[in-house]
Amino acid sequence: MPQTLNKALEPFLIIVGSLTISMLLFGVFVASVGADPFDVYQTMYRAAFGTSFSWQNTLIRAAPLMLTALCTALPGYLGLIVIGGEGAVVMGGLFAAIAALAMPSAPPLVVLLTMALAGMIAGGIWLMIPGLLRHYRAVNETISSLLLNYIAIALLNHLVTNTFRDPESLNHPSTHHIGEANMIGLIPGTDLHWGLVFGIVACVIAWFFMRHTVFGFASQIAGGNVRAAQIAGLPVGRLVLIICFVAGAAGGLTGMVEVAAIHGRANDTLNANYGYAGILVAFVARNNPLAIIPVAVLLGGIRASSGLLQRAHELPDATVLVMQGIIFLVILFSETLYGRFSRLQKQGAS
Amino acid sequence: MNDGAPPDLQALGITKRFGPLTALKDVDFRLQSGQFHALLGENGAGKSTLVKCIMGYYHPDEGNILLDQQPVTIRNPRDAQTFGIGMVYQQFTLIPNMTVLENLAISKAKLNLIINWQEEESQLTQFMEKMPFKVPLSARVGSLAAGEKQKVEILKQLALQNRILILDEPTSVLTPQEAKEVLGHLRAMTLARQLSILIITHKLREVAAFADEVTVLRKGQFVGSGLASELKISQIAEMMVGSEVTAKPKQRTVLSKKVPKLVLQDIRVKDDIGVEVVRGLHLTIHEGEIVGVAGVSGNGQRELVEVLAGQRQAVAGTIRVQDQPFQPTREKIMRHKMFCLPEEPLQNTCVGRMTVSENLAFRNFDVVPHAIGGWLISRSALRRSAFGLIERYNIKPPHPDIPIQSLSGGNVQRAVLARELSAEVEILIIANPCFGLDFLAMEEIRLQIVAARNRGTAVLLVSEDLDEILELSDRTVVMFNGRLVYETTSPGADLAIIGRHMTGHAT
Repeated sequence: MPQTLNKALEPFLIIVGSLTISMLLFGVFVASVGADPFDVYQTMYRAAFGTSFSWQNTLIRAAPLMLTALCTALPGYLGLIVIGGEGAVVMGGLFAAIAALAMPSAPPLVVLLTMALAGMIAGGIWLMIPGLLRHYRAVNETISSLLLNYIAIALLNHLVTNTFRDPESLNHPSTHHIGEANMIGLIPGTDLHWGLVFGIVACVIAWFFMRHTVFGFASQIAGGNVRAAQIAGLPVGRLVLIICFVAGAAGGLTGMVEVAAIHGRANDTLNANYGYAGILVAFVARNNPLAIIPVAVLLGGIRASSGLLQRAHELPDATVLVMQGIIFLVILFSETLYGRFSRLQKQGAS
Repeated sequence: MNDGAPPDLQALGITKRFGPLTALKDVDFRLQSGQFHALLGENGAGKSTLVKCIMGYYHPDEGNILLDQQPVTIRNPRDAQTFGIGMVYQQFTLIPNMTVLENLAISKAKLNLIINWQEEESQLTQFMEKMPFKVPLSARVGSLAAGEKQKVEILKQLALQNRILILDEPTSVLTPQEAKEVLGHLRAMTLARQLSILIITHKLREVAAFADEVTVLRKGQFVGSGLASELKISQIAEMMVGSEVTAKPKQRTVLSKKVPKLVLQDIRVKDDIGVEVVRGLHLTIHEGEIVGVAGVSGNGQRELVEVLAGQRQAVAGTIRVQDQPFQPTREKIMRHKMFCLPEEPLQNTCVGRMTVSENLAFRNFDVVPHAIGGWLISRSALRRSAFGLIERYNIKPPHPDIPIQSLSGGNVQRAVLARELSAEVEILIIANPCFGLDFLAMEEIRLQIVAARNRGTAVLLVSEDLDEILELSDRTVVMFNGRLVYETTSPGADLAIIGRHMTGHAT
C-alpha cells in the first residue's frame, strides 16, 4: 500500500534532507572562517570512518551516546521530553565508583556487577524524580530534568572534593581509583571497551520492548492520549515511573562504564556532555531505539574528527560543536515539516 | 448595518471534483433575500463543499455563483466578506482570554495601527443596541456559556455588515434551550428582512421549527427542495437517506430480574477549577436496563462520566459494581466488564496516530491471542481481530493499518463501539453517542446499544438529546446542579415536567 510506504519514507526523507541542509550551513560557516568546506568534509570523513583506527575512535565516542540517547528516547514514548541524561550519567558514575570503593576485597566480577547495579539504580532514581514530579504534581519534566543535571554535577563536585576525595588527586579532585583489577577490559583484538556492546544491546532490547511487548503497547497508548489510557484502565503513573527509571538506568550505566572502563575514578570528567549529545541523537533518531545506533555512530564520527580538524585546518576546537548545534537546530525545525509533506503527497496522489 | 434587503444568492450548476472523486455534481441552489434556508444531507453529502464553494475556500470546477442575478467571482473568504457573505463555523473561533469588545474589534478586515478602544467601544455599543440579542461587551469570552459564545460569533458576522450568514451546525455546541433562543433571534431577523440565513444542520426538529425552505443533497447531488411548512419530517429524512426511514421503536426483551449492577452512592466530584459539580448523587442501574440521564449540559454530567470512565477521581462517595467496590484499574474493569463510550471518542478514547487495528485492541491487547504468553504483542493477531470487527461494525474504509484519525467521525464512533461492545459487556457508560452523526449512523449505533441492553447489559446513557434518551432508555432521570432531581419511567414520561426539572423550575 503506498500509504504505508509514504509513512516510512517521510521521516527518512526529512532527516536526510535536514542533514544535507545542516552540511550546507556548516559549509558556509567553515568557509567564513577561511577553510575549504570540501577539504574539511574530506578530513572529517577520514578522521571518522577512513581507517580502522578512526572507526574505533568513532565507536568509542558513539558508545556512550547510544545509552544517553535512551534517556530521552524512552520517555519520548510517553510524550515526555526528558533532557536529564547528563545528570543520570554523573550520578551513575559517582555511585558506581562509591560502590566499588565500598568493597575493596571482593572479586572483580562481583565488583563490576555491583558497580553496574549501583550506577543504574542511581541514574534510574535520578530520572524518576522528574517523572514523579510530572505525574503527581504536574511539574514540567523538561525543566526539572534540566535543573537536576546541575544538582547532580554539584553533588558530584561536592563529594569528590570532600567525603570521597583521594588526597593524592591534587589539582583534579577525584575519588580513589577503583583498582586496575576491577576495570572492564577491551573487546579482544580492538581498542574498544565493552561499553559499545552495552549500548547496542540496550538499544535493541529497548526497541524490542517498546515495539513488541504489552508494556510497550501500553506505553504507546499512554503517550498518545492519557485520557484513552485512563479509560483503558492503564496505570499511567506506574508506566511513567518505570520508563523514567529505565531511561535513567541507561544513563547511569554510561557513567558506570566511564568509570570502570576509562577513568577508574569518579571526577568531573563524567560531566563530558554525553547526556546533552544524547538528546541530539534521540531527536535525530525520532526516539526510535534502533535508529539511535547509526545516529550515535554518525555523531561519534563528527566528534572523533575534532582533533584532526584542529590540526589539519587550524579550525578552533569548538568547530564540531558548531556543527552539532546546527544539526540540532535544523532537526528541531524539521519537526514542523511532518504532515505538511504528506498532505502534499496526498494532494498529488488523488 | 446597510439598509435594504440582503442580496439574492444563487449557485447554478456547481460541480466540484477532488481528483477522481466528484464531491458536487451539477448542484443548483437558491437562497432568496430574507430567507431562512436549511441545507440538509448525510455526512459526506456535499453540504460543506457547497458552502465552501460559496465562501471561496474552494473554486468550483463548473458553475456560477450569482448575487442578485449578477455572476460574481469569489476567490477567497475575504472576497466573500466584501460581498456581505459571512460564515459561522461549528467550532468557536473566538479568542477566549479577550473580551467580547476586543474579539469583535479585531475581526475587522482592516485595523488601524493604533486601536482607539474608546471609539471602538462606542461604535460597538451603538451596534449592539440595534441587535435583537445582547452580550455584555466587557465580558471575557472564556467566561461565557456556549450559547453566549455562539451569539458573539453571530454578532461578529453582523458587525462586519454581512447580510448573508452561513451557519455550519451552529447548534451542535448548544443546549436545546440555547439553540432555540439563538435560532429564534435569527429567525426574527430574517422575517424583518435584515438577513438571509443558510444553515447546515442534522436536527430536523430545528428545521421544522425555524426554516422557510429546505434543500437536500445526497451523494453530491441535488435531491430536492421545498417549503419547510409543506414537508413532513419523514419526507425530509427519506430525501436524505434515499428510502423511507422512521425511528423504529427498538425491540426490547423484558427482563424480570431486578439485579442491581451499578450502584452509585453519594458521589461528589470537583471540576478542573475545584468547584464541586456533582454534589451527592445516588443512582442504581439494574441488569438489562438503560437509564438515561437528561439535563442541560454543565450540570455535572461530564464529570460524572469521567469518574466512571476512570479519568477523574471522585472526592467522596462509593461506586459498587456487582456488589463490589470499584476502582478504575484495568484488572477491575476487565473483571466487571464495565466499558465506556464517551463523547468525542477520538479525543477521549483513541490515540489518533495509532492504527485502526491498534485502537481496536485497547481493551484486549494484553490477553491471548493478541499477547503471546501475556507479554509479546502479535501484530498479525491484532490485524485478524481488526478485520473481523471492521466487517461486523461496517467501519469504513476497511483498512486496519491506517491511523484512526484519518477516519470520519461516524467511523471513529463505530470503531470505538466495536471495541467496547465486541466482548461480553456487563455495564456500559455512554455519553452523547450520536453527537454529530448522520441519520443512518445514529440509528445503527442506537440499535447496538439497545441490543446490548437486551443481552442484559446495564447501560448508563448521558445525553443532551432528550429525544434520544426517551427513545432508548427504560428510566429517565434528570440531573440538575449536580444532583438527580427527578425520575420517571421513560414510556409515557411527561416532557413538560422533565423540562421544568431540567431548568430547575420544579417546585
